Amino acid sequence: MNATVPVLTKKDFQTDQEVRWCPGCGDYAILSAVQAVFPDLGIPREKFVVVSGIGCSSRFPYYMNTFGFHSIHGRAPAVATGIKVAHPELEVWVATGDGDSLSIGGNHTIHMLRRNVGIKVLMFNNRIYGLTKGQYSPTSEFGKKTKSTPFGSAARPFNPLALAIGAETTFVARSIDVMQQHLKETLKKAAAHKGAAYIEILQNCNIFNDGAWQYLTEKDSRSEHLVQLEHGKPLIFGKNRDKGIRLNGLDLEVVQLGNGVSEHDLLIHDEQYRNPAYAFLLAKMEEMPGFPTPVGVFRSWNDFPRYEDIMANQIKDVVTKRGAGDIDKLLRSGDTWEVR
Amino acid sequence: MATITDAVESKPKRQVIERAVVRFCGDSGDGMQISGSQFTNTVALYGNDLATFPDYPAEIRAPAGTLPGVSGFQVQFSSSDVYTPGDAVDVLVAMNPAALKMNIKDLKKNGILIVNNDSFTDNDLRKAHQATNPLEDHSLDAYRVFPVQLERLTQAALEELGLDAKSMNRCKNFFALGMCYWLYNRPMDHTYRWLDDKFKSKPLLAEANKRAMKAGYSYCEATEAFQVSYEIPPAKLAPGVYRNLSGNQALAMGFVVAARQAGLQLFLGSYPITPASDILHELSGYKNFGVLTFQAEDEIAAITSAIGAAYSGALAITTTSGPGMALKTEAMGLAVAVELPIVICDIQRGGPSTGLPTKTEQADLLQAMFGRNSEAPIPILAASTPGDCFWIALEASRIALKYMVPVILLSDGYLANGAEPWRIPSLSEIPQIPVHFVTDPQGFLPYKRNPQTLARPWAIPGTPGLEHRIGGLEKQDVTGNVNYEPLNHEKMVRLRAAKVEAIGQDVPDVEPAGDAEGNLLIVGWGSTYGSITAAVKAQRAAGRRIGHVHLRYLNPLPRNLGQVMERYGKVLVPEMNMGQLSMILRAKYLVDVEGYNKIQGQPFKQAELEGKIEEVLSCGAVGAWKNGR
Repeated sequence: MNATVPVLTKKDFQTDQEVRWCPGCGDYAILSAVQAVFPDLGIPREKFVVVSGIGCSSRFPYYMNTFGFHSIHGRAPAVATGIKVAHPELEVWVATGDGDSLSIGGNHTIHMLRRNVGIKVLMFNNRIYGLTKGQYSPTSEFGKKTKSTPFGSAARPFNPLALAIGAETTFVARSIDVMQQHLKETLKKAAAHKGAAYIEILQNCNIFNDGAWQYLTEKDSRSEHLVQLEHGKPLIFGKNRDKGIRLNGLDLEVVQLGNGVSEHDLLIHDEQYRNPAYAFLLAKMEEMPGFPTPVGVFRSWNDFPRYEDIMANQIKDVVTKRGAGDIDKLLRSGDTWEVR
Repeated sequence: MATITDAVESKPKRQVIERAVVRFCGDSGDGMQISGSQFTNTVALYGNDLATFPDYPAEIRAPAGTLPGVSGFQVQFSSSDVYTPGDAVDVLVAMNPAALKMNIKDLKKNGILIVNNDSFTDNDLRKAHQATNPLEDHSLDAYRVFPVQLERLTQAALEELGLDAKSMNRCKNFFALGMCYWLYNRPMDHTYRWLDDKFKSKPLLAEANKRAMKAGYSYCEATEAFQVSYEIPPAKLAPGVYRNLSGNQALAMGFVVAARQAGLQLFLGSYPITPASDILHELSGYKNFGVLTFQAEDEIAAITSAIGAAYSGALAITTTSGPGMALKTEAMGLAVAVELPIVICDIQRGGPSTGLPTKTEQADLLQAMFGRNSEAPIPILAASTPGDCFWIALEASRIALKYMVPVILLSDGYLANGAEPWRIPSLSEIPQIPVHFVTDPQGFLPYKRNPQTLARPWAIPGTPGLEHRIGGLEKQDVTGNVNYEPLNHEKMVRLRAAKVEAIGQDVPDVEPAGDAEGNLLIVGWGSTYGSITAAVKAQRAAGRRIGHVHLRYLNPLPRNLGQVMERYGKVLVPEMNMGQLSMILRAKYLVDVEGYNKIQGQPFKQAELEGKIEEVLSCGAVGAWKNGR
């Protein structure tokens, strides 16, 4: 089916616009990964639409040589829904951040996800408001000191993936800006997913919240703090891959491998597990002391119909049942009378 | 003009009259809207001209029998022109003491009052805060009162059907309807058919309501209660096929037709809000016309999804009322900046805030005009009658698509729910709406404008070679790239304003109804059309020289409006607000217009307007406003 698609390269997805993120910003790495992945998807360039809201991450469309729409704060999922419903054949991606997606745009995010509109959301999570110069965000840790919270934030942070899973999002994943290979793989998996995809990308804001994810990215510490989710494989982590995650009743526990505990006792990751409670457990893991932060695909459930397809099919069904709409009949519907 | 209040009771059994105003009122649960609309459809099918005014509370079911729970439906029908639902009522049907109390002031002296006296119990009288029983205290002596045991008679008629008491009681509105059919010599077949259709799966209920209605009809026949019945011959409407149509139905149909004439898919993004929700309901039923209806999570998603749909090439609209309009503000600015065609329908209601959800008002004009941050002009159109909503939907769509702009369409609760006979146009009367999607990448620039309309090209996703970015940041002229240069910004601000002004070339000059020059020009807009027209006719018949301009285009205004105002001694602007059009006219033309402002959630009465016209013409020097300049 893609016989006519010209071979595209990363360069085809770069624009002539000067990229205006701060030097060293994690957004560069994300842009590079997306530009590297899009040519490999076998989709003509004109079918891509990149939609964003407001924030540093939302400048993304200007740097992607596709159709792009930089909308208003928080509303990208709704703009994207309009595009996708009107033209389901388009490949619609949303670039957003923790403030844009979870604060001002929280409502649109959860509704787009629960409807399962076939849109891929890249949520750049740097745990701070960058473009407005450093206020705490809905993912900032409790007690965080920022310009707007000089004595520490009083609000519990959102867990973005727990929220997405709560909305029963059909594809939920996490990656990190600096894990280029992992990020690209994750993007490809999201692209292959039919329905709504929510990808949290842990991203470093080196100006206002530098090192927010250092414990997951530094060579020395990352293997102790990061666990990679791989479908069909046990959850193992640690410098010597000597620790694992085991299910204990309805809770997870960290276990030391050896002394009678083998890989067979560990939780085997199943991204297609029907009950969202499983993915929710995984999402909550990072909040528990001593537990690693999972990256990879939390949940991928492909047999749920897409919203735009349901909408289009309803139209088809009604046309089949009633025949294509006839304007003259429409005007004359109901009771009429003639004046001579 | 003959009406029943002129009729003397000893006249022969059937009397021909010219017009009548009937109001059904009762508890919100009493089915008054159904009785009213059935009566309306029956007189419409007979060929009378008519106008309706459904007036109901915001509460779905306020406590039964209380004053806030009263719901009413008024219809004026006639053998000649009808412009309003009527100031005062010839026949009032009141189902309980609360309804009587709230409505009796509108019944003409010597008018017919049908009351359900089964409801005039101590309990119901107390709920209506009535110290004494009006049926006994002579407070109704000025009217022809017909107390009828509506509940007991309905029950008696339905006895054999084996229904429970509650279901039987629910049929009493059809007993009252049957009485009105007898009173105006109308056949019941239309309502029979409607009942069969409505209760397809519950034939027993269809039968019960039919029996109740027949019983009401027979009751009048048998008791000769009224002595006289009335005949109102068909009106001499322009030849054609007619149907009865409410403003919201007309608007919905207008957009379906507009999309077809433009060759586009119709997309509606909407969030439920009174009194606009019916447009969402109507359009959701038109799936066989390919209509996409998206019930969004909120008002903001409703408009932004429409903007997205417009970006990808649909005829995109959003429908709301005042509070929703306020929420859409920022997104309207986005539509202005990205220059995409959407139609924003504001079905106005009383405000501020939640205000009077089910009552009408025209107080969103300035919000439509200025309610956005910075310089963000948007063309504004206003419908004047329920049937006009159809045509205005087409025109708003045409302007949006031709000029690549968001357009605001103003209607209101009165137009939305009111109905009138509507001549069904033939397809050839409906204009085509040309649309051009750019496809050639050669020389394509997202903000390169059509020199005549200043519209930018519509380049939809999926078109090879036209990949480009748009957004809310200021754009460089022609290229559309992000640009913060001072002079470019001023140029873009002026271009966006010039584009809206350019629409003026499509706005027809106004031609006043009535006198082409004279002592007084009345400038109106929106749903006041009917009352102003009726008042001007009556006042001109009394020898006054009055013109009437009813503005369909509020932004930009018709180019000759200033000159037209010069031809009259005074300018009066009646509005259901504090003087919003007045303010615009004063600012734009330096004309000392006089406002006539009613902010009661109720349309103007003809008599109120006539009183104001007389007052304006009797005081002050005619033409005084011109001298000061």
